[in-house]
Amino acid sequence: MRSRMGSRQAEGDHDRTPEGSEPAGADTVVDEPTGEVKEWQLRLYVAGETARSTAALANLRRICEDHLAGKYSIEVVDLLVRPQLAKGEQIVAIPTLVRRLPEPVRKIIGDLSDRDRVLIGLDLRPKD
Amino acid sequence: MSARMIEHCPTGIAGLDEITSGGLPAGRTTLISGGPGCGKTLFGATFLVNGARVGEPGVFIAFEEREDEIIANAASLGYDLQQLVDDGLIEIDYVQVNRDQIYQTGDFDLAALFIRLDLAIRTSGAKRVFIDTLEILFAGLDDTVALRSELRRLFGWLGERGVTSIVTAERGDTSLTRHGFEEYVSDCVILLDHRVTDQLATRRLRIVKFRGSAHGLNEYPYLIDDAGISVIPITSFDLSYAASTEIISTGIADLDAMFEPGGLFRGTTMMVSGGSGTGKTSFAASVARAACARGERASYFAFEESVSQIVRNMGSIGVDLTTAIDDGNLQIVAGRPTQIGLEHHLSVLHRHVERVRPSVVIMDPITDFEALGSHDDIKAMLVRMVDFLKQRGITSVFTSLTSRYDTEESSVSSLIDTWIQLSNEERDGRLVRAMYVRKSRGMAHSERVRVLELDRNGITLRRVDDETERKDAIQDGQPAGRG
Repeated sequence: MRSRMGSRQAEGDHDRTPEGSEPAGADTVVDEPTGEVKEWQLRLYVAGETARSTAALANLRRICEDHLAGKYSIEVVDLLVRPQLAKGEQIVAIPTLVRRLPEPVRKIIGDLSDRDRVLIGLDLRPKD
Repeated sequence: MSARMIEHCPTGIAGLDEITSGGLPAGRTTLISGGPGCGKTLFGATFLVNGARVGEPGVFIAFEEREDEIIANAASLGYDLQQLVDDGLIEIDYVQVNRDQIYQTGDFDLAALFIRLDLAIRTSGAKRVFIDTLEILFAGLDDTVALRSELRRLFGWLGERGVTSIVTAERGDTSLTRHGFEEYVSDCVILLDHRVTDQLATRRLRIVKFRGSAHGLNEYPYLIDDAGISVIPITSFDLSYAASTEIISTGIADLDAMFEPGGLFRGTTMMVSGGSGTGKTSFAASVARAACARGERASYFAFEESVSQIVRNMGSIGVDLTTAIDDGNLQIVAGRPTQIGLEHHLSVLHRHVERVRPSVVIMDPITDFEALGSHDDIKAMLVRMVDFLKQRGITSVFTSLTSRYDTEESSVSSLIDTWIQLSNEERDGRLVRAMYVRKSRGMAHSERVRVLELDRNGITLRRVDDETERKDAIQDGQPAGRG
């Protein structure tokens, strides 16, 4: 229910969702045109199109393509457009990546530039 | 705005607005620092509630407690926060930072927190913001440098929004706050201290910094109970009170006659000292009853006897207190003083006086304070108590069980305007109660020893038979005819 929100497809252009309008996505936004529900549901919270947010999204895409190809969807939520969504998932820092599925929910903050730490954070690589 | 002309935002916290000359710096951020259990959250909640009551909505950003916990805690002070939330006057946003769920991978900022705060301010039209407590961010996130820079930005941002805010911080071991927030907050810093000494809790508040405004430098005791928070600015009283020339009756005709003007000056302090069973309470109760008979209110703080004991005992010597109690003019507050600390006593007295506005206050006996602190502590408290009562023009009577306070050298005597000494003495083979006026400032008074008689008809002070006195004098080897 929290996911009925200002999300948009990660693929495609990066135009901001106009304020007040409903975004194109439904409950689940996937990066595949088929709309298939993916095993990995990731959501990236940003605040405007900053260099850090852009970098975080690019880093995330690369990591997903390398490790989760075909199994993931990325949803980007811009809190400048949808400020009310920050409360629901207890977002404080920007950027914050939320692994919504598989459970348990995990949060990874920062620009995702440290690939190893992102993999550990996503539980794609064990801590050692 | 000129730096000299800081506007004040009243907190509505009794006493705090007095010592800050009107409240917190309006449109600025105030830092409240203190250890656990000192009441930081309740200060902030009170600030918001009182704002809401005067039509200034507020935002509560809570890092430590959930909304329902905050509402329950505020209820302990008598605040219906839920109603204010329902009315849209207070917006509570619980910000959960759970370290176990958060993994850090590179640079970040707190933009989401700013966005949440901004949304809450806009939604409620807030004029006041309370953030409790930013420490949690440091516990949940690792990058201290980033956090510090973000918090600096936050305080600046709050200032630009024109809201008056309070942020809380944990007190550090060697610094004012654990993470040095005081560096960023330049307008107002308040330190709360909660000490437990000899199992007695003392809460004190100090204003460490208050830009552009005069403020008291002292520590002020404060009290948190079901009537909310009150800060007791007792040390700010000075000796500027006006001395009354009005004469009031002590309620004992014979005693009044011992003073040249026929009674005591209103607003002065009388001490009645003597051993056990010498009749101290009867003097104190008479002064209280006389005030009530004039249609004034009197407050009687009884530390050793219950209300019914006092009423019964006084009734047996013709001092009827029931009428005054029934009329609502006399309030007897009975309780062991050891139940609360010295500061707390002051707070209780202060609050009581503010509420009841008595013209006479009785403390029976002040020697019971001895258990609560050193001689200096007690003296300091009595000075503040006397100053406070005099400031209000309240006549007070302290009884004192014969003790170290009774010596002339005792510093307490300087506080006392009229001092009555009672004793049990043996005269002609029988025990009599003797009394004399040890001193009475600003008026001539009889120096003769009287015999105090307490019976169903009331209190009589009989002149000692000249014959007896002469005999005593001769026995002592002194010439007769004095006195």
